[in-house]
Amino acid sequence: MLLFTLRRLLQSLFVLLAVSVVVFFAVYAVGDPIELLVSPEATMEARQATIARLGLDQPVWRQYLAFLWRALQGDLGNSFVHGVPAIGLILQRLPATFELVLVAITLSCVVGIPLGLVAGLYRDRVLGRGIMAGSVLGFSLPNFWQGMMLILLFAVWLGWLPASGRGQTVDVLGVPLSILTADGWSHIVMPAINLALANIALVLRLTATGVAEAQTQEYVKFARAKGVRPGRIVRRHILRNILVPVVTVVGMEFGSLIAYSTITETVFAWPGMGKLLIDSVYQLDRPVVVAYVMLATFIFVVVNFVVDVLYAALDPRVQLVSPAH
Amino acid sequence: MDRSTPDSHARTVAPLAETPRRAAILKRLRARPTVAGSACALVLLMAAILAAPLFAPQNPYDLANLNLLDGRLPPGSESMDGWVYLLGTDDQGRDMLSAILYGLRISLAVGLTAVALATAIGSVAGLVAAYAGGWIDTVLMRIVDFILGFPTILVALVLLAVMGRGVDKVILALVLVQWANYARIMRSRALQERRKEYIEAAANLGYPAWRIIAFHLLPNCMGPVLVFATIQIATAIALEATLSFLGVGVPVTEPSLGLLIATGFQYLLSGDYWISMFPGIALLLLILAINVVGDRLREALDPRRA
Repeated sequence: MLLFTLRRLLQSLFVLLAVSVVVFFAVYAVGDPIELLVSPEATMEARQATIARLGLDQPVWRQYLAFLWRALQGDLGNSFVHGVPAIGLILQRLPATFELVLVAITLSCVVGIPLGLVAGLYRDRVLGRGIMAGSVLGFSLPNFWQGMMLILLFAVWLGWLPASGRGQTVDVLGVPLSILTADGWSHIVMPAINLALANIALVLRLTATGVAEAQTQEYVKFARAKGVRPGRIVRRHILRNILVPVVTVVGMEFGSLIAYSTITETVFAWPGMGKLLIDSVYQLDRPVVVAYVMLATFIFVVVNFVVDVLYAALDPRVQLVSPAH
Repeated sequence: MDRSTPDSHARTVAPLAETPRRAAILKRLRARPTVAGSACALVLLMAAILAAPLFAPQNPYDLANLNLLDGRLPPGSESMDGWVYLLGTDDQGRDMLSAILYGLRISLAVGLTAVALATAIGSVAGLVAAYAGGWIDTVLMRIVDFILGFPTILVALVLLAVMGRGVDKVILALVLVQWANYARIMRSRALQERRKEYIEAAANLGYPAWRIIAFHLLPNCMGPVLVFATIQIATAIALEATLSFLGVGVPVTEPSLGLLIATGFQYLLSGDYWISMFPGIALLLLILAINVVGDRLREALDPRRA
């Protein structure tokens, strides 16, 4: 187990290193880096100062090492637009994104698991087929368009919910949260549904297939023969067995929901880090884009690492050391 | 008929032997009304896309055709010249129906090109990895793992943020994020095949590696990759639409469905729903039809269900 964890940790570090090389060459080494690093409005003195400070007259490998060293210290450059460290700008937006993603994940479990259960139990009836057919719609609906249609229906036509922003927030340990006020909830509900929809479909289908499969298993047949009530079979025998894979997938989706929140945040003007990324792309604010990529990579690597290690710890069947070819 | 030699006899028998299987696949496909519906929708959409210039009321790219006074008219309005805008107009006074028909062409063209290139590159990589083994396999598969470790939307977004917008760049970004999927599928299929005797026989005949890969391994591994590619067309189209909506995709001179929806977004809050709603419905129908047909195709071709 310790060996497995160490190996996985080493792999994770390697991925981070590889991304840093790719990002470095994409942004720093292709073209004239000074055009990308110094705002076009900067004075000649500022240009010279930056060239000297960043060591752009040095050979490439030394430049990369310097970049890596600064990145390790959390220095990924200053935003052209805001003039403050890029990494700080993103960290400031992080709680809004995390809040949105967590609400969306909760939503996909609360809605997806019961619907999937029904679809799996009644899969040859109209109800089950209807739910499964609906889930195809959940996969196919383009995320951004679905969000816009939500705005059209609930904000423009019905006027029930606000179309954008976070609403009233309450500070918890210095972090503003929307989910503690009624106004905040009215703002978060549409973006959360928008972000969760594809995930609801995923959880639903996983649950439905798991339930359908479990029903044919010996232990379920035995419980039924023993005279256990159907409700109890579903709760104690079927649901318990299928929850592990469902929860694992939900955990792994955490990373991709952060990526997809970019779209949701753009549609609903949710002030998270995804919206910041899109704004920075428009404003050619390269340091922020670079910082976002490095931070997002870091989050994915950490999430993947934790999920893998937890999975190995929970499921004894997972091979800790890959077999030789 | 009388001239039938044993040879030509054998040739007529071969397709006959295949028919029951083909019939069974078609029967399984036909048995589902949703599939029939989706297939019809797909055929209709394709026809509309191909024939767009013939019956679209307007050429949406021809600025001489556009009348700014006709801007943002609701569906069913009459134009300055007296004909009717069935689906309304956008802010430039462009007929939405025509814009959608032309937009579908761009969306589909980008999706198909990207999938074709990604399939080709991914297949070659997968075949080479499986056939060569050793360090080539290891290096290629580590690259694949690396790419698939990140959400496609994020990788594509960042690539385009660095490269800038453009049809060619969108296609390049789509290929870069998708080829790894094909490489992985092709490799696992090819690993099963390459142990078989006909590959060994070909190797013993002294054929060069490229010939064995291209003429022996590839034809026998293509099935699952092609089915996967069908469904990936829908994914590629959705991804392109999303990137264009975010403003890093196709340029305004070549408006795909995603860009049309993005234009409508500015006017959504003032209630001009048609500019973004109708292109979205067209996009949804296209994706849904491809998904349903592709999904059933996969089921029908699955040997375990035969």
